[in-house]
Amino acid sequence: MGRYIGGRVVSMVITFLIIASLTFFLMKLLPGTPFNNQEKLTDTQIVQLNEKYGLNDPVAVQYFSYMKNLFVGDLGVSFQQDGREVSTIIGERIGPSAYLGFQSIVLGTIVGLFLGIIAALRHNSFLDYGTMVIAVLGISIPNFVIAGLMQYWLGVKWELLPVAYWDGFAYTIMPTIAIASIVVATIARFMRTEMLEVLGQDYITTAKAKGLSSTAVVIRHTIRNASIPIITIMGPLVVALMTGTLVIEQIFVIPGLGEKFVNSIMTNDFPIIMGTTLFYSLLFIVVILLVDIMYGIIDPRIRLAGGKD
Amino acid sequence: MEKILEVNDLHVSFDTFAGEVKAVRGVNFHLNKGETLAIVGESGSGKSVTSKAVMGLIPNPPGRIKQGEIKFGDRNLAQLPEKEMQKIRGSEISMIFQDPMTSLNPTMTIGKQIMEGLIKHQNMNKSEAKERAIELLKLVGIPNAEGRVTEYPHQFSGGMRQRVVIAIALACNPRVLIADEPTTALDVTIQAQILELLNDLQEKMGTSIIFITHDLGVVANIADRVAVMYAGKIVETGTVDEIFYNPQHPYTWGLLGSMPSLDSTDEELIAIPGSPPDLLDPPKGDAFAPRNPYAMQIDTEMEPPLFKVSDTHYAATWLLHEKAPKVEPPAAIKKRMQGMAPDEPIIGAKDGGKHV
Repeated sequence: MGRYIGGRVVSMVITFLIIASLTFFLMKLLPGTPFNNQEKLTDTQIVQLNEKYGLNDPVAVQYFSYMKNLFVGDLGVSFQQDGREVSTIIGERIGPSAYLGFQSIVLGTIVGLFLGIIAALRHNSFLDYGTMVIAVLGISIPNFVIAGLMQYWLGVKWELLPVAYWDGFAYTIMPTIAIASIVVATIARFMRTEMLEVLGQDYITTAKAKGLSSTAVVIRHTIRNASIPIITIMGPLVVALMTGTLVIEQIFVIPGLGEKFVNSIMTNDFPIIMGTTLFYSLLFIVVILLVDIMYGIIDPRIRLAGGKD
Repeated sequence: MEKILEVNDLHVSFDTFAGEVKAVRGVNFHLNKGETLAIVGESGSGKSVTSKAVMGLIPNPPGRIKQGEIKFGDRNLAQLPEKEMQKIRGSEISMIFQDPMTSLNPTMTIGKQIMEGLIKHQNMNKSEAKERAIELLKLVGIPNAEGRVTEYPHQFSGGMRQRVVIAIALACNPRVLIADEPTTALDVTIQAQILELLNDLQEKMGTSIIFITHDLGVVANIADRVAVMYAGKIVETGTVDEIFYNPQHPYTWGLLGSMPSLDSTDEELIAIPGSPPDLLDPPKGDAFAPRNPYAMQIDTEMEPPLFKVSDTHYAATWLLHEKAPKVEPPAAIKKRMQGMAPDEPIIGAKDGGKHV
C-alpha cells in the first residue's frame, strides 16, 4: 500500500506541473492586460506597472520565473488588490466555501444513500417512484432556483432563517440545502441502480441460501458492494461542489473562493487566476487519490492490483 | 427407505407482463435419506425453479408457489413463514450454485463467508466459527487452509472457489444439499474432481443430495435415482440403471441420443428437433408431443399419466398404455444404451440396485 501511494504521489506532482504550465499559457491567451480597465492610468503608469510586474518580458521568461516561485510556494501578489499575497487571499476566502462544501457533501451523501437504498429495497413501489421523482427534480432544477424559493419562503415569508450573509450556523442552512440537493439526487440515483444490480447477483442468492436475514444480506453483502461505484462519482462531485458553489455564494452573499475566482478572470488578475486554478487542481488531485485509496479499502481486488501489501 | 423430503403436486408460476408463466406444473418427487437424486432436463424445464422452491428462494414477486406441498420432516416448506424458512436454509437444507465465479461475495474474505452461517445457525462465537471454517476448508480439499481463510474469492481459481461454495453449503451439516449444476461452469478435469469431492463428502456426512444438471454423463457418475424433467413436469423417474438401460419416454431417448460418448467412433449425435414449449401457454396434452416422432393422436389431446414400469420406475408417455403400439427406441439410441453398459454384467433394469 505504501509503495502504491508513493507512486501515486509522484504522478500527482507531474500532473500538477502539467496543469500549472497549461493554465499559465492559456491564461496568457486572454485578451487584454490586467490594467486595461483602469482608465485613470496614464500611459507612463501602465508602462511602469507592466515593468513592475514583469509583463513586458517574453512569455517564456515569465513562465520560468512563475514556476521558480511556485517551487518555493510563492504564488505571487494580486494585481488588483494593492499587491496582496495570493495565498493570503485564497486563505481568507476558502473558509466559507470549504465549510459549505463539506457540510453539503456530508448531508447530501447521507440522505442520498438512504434514499437510494430504500428505493432499491422497495423496488417498483410508491416509495421507489417517490424517491426517483425527488432525484430527477434535484438534478433538473438548478440549485439557484431552489435557493431563491427557500429565501422567499423560509427567509422572507416565514422568517425562519436569515435570508443571506455569513454569520453563524443558521446562515449556512439554506445554502447547504441548495448545494446538497444535487448531491442527494445524484447519489440516490446511483445508489438505487447499484443496489438493484448487486441484489441481482448470485452471491446475494448465496447469502440468502445461508439463511441470513434480509437485513443481514443488505447490510453485509449488498451495501458494501453497491458503494464501490458511488465512490467513483464522489471524487468529481466533491470538487464540483467546492467550485460550483459560486452561484450559491453570490445569492447568499457568502465571501467564498468561487466568487473571487470569477472576478479574477474578468479582471485578468493573472496571479489570482493561477493561484485559484492551482488550488482547485490540487484539491482535485488529492480527492482522486483519496477515492482510489478508499477503493482499495472497500474492494480487495483493487488493493491487490495496486501492489502487493 | 426413509423419505427425507417429499414434493407433492408442486406448481410454481411467474407473473410477467405477458401473463402467467407456469414454470413448474405439478411436480412430484421424493428424496431418500443418504441418496443422490438427479433432476435432469434442458434449459427452461423447471429444474432450477423446483430447487429454488424447495429452498424458499423463489423471488416474490414475480414468482409464487401456486399450489402443492414440500414436506420436510413434519413441516410444509411451501407454506412456512420466511423467518422459519431462514432457520432451515443453510442449516438443514443448503444449496450449491452453478457459477463459482459469481456466487461468492467479492469483498468479503472466504472465511467470513463460511462463518456467517455458523454464527447464525449454530450460535458459535467468532473464534469457534473460524476454527470450523478452517476445518471445512480442509475437508473440501483446500491446501493451506489456515492461511487461505483470510483471502478473498478473487485469489482462488474456479475449482477452488467451487470447493469454498461447497464448504459454505456444508458448514452446518445440512440434511439435504441441493446442487444446482455445480459443475457446469467448470472445465472438465475440475468437474471430475468436484464430483468426486461431493461423492466423498456424501459418504462422510450422510447428506442427501438433489443434483440438478443437464449433463447425463455427470448423472451416471453421481446419482442413485434420476428424474427427467420436461416443460415443468417430471416425465420419467427411475434408478440410474433404469433410466440409462431401459428408458421409456421418448424425451429420455432424445436426451440419451444427444449425449456424446468417448468410446464410439461411428455414432452421430442425435439432436432433439424443435424447442421446448412456451410455458406462458403450455400445449394441451403431452407437452413433448410436437417434438416427439412417436407422438400419437392422444398425445395432442390428453396429458399422459405416470405409467408404472417398476416399483421405482415411472414414465409419463402414452406409449406405455396397453393399447399403444409397441415402439422400440431408435436403433442408434439402442446401440448407445448398449455402449454405455458397464464392464460388469448389466444389472437388471428392474432391481433398482445402485450402479457404482
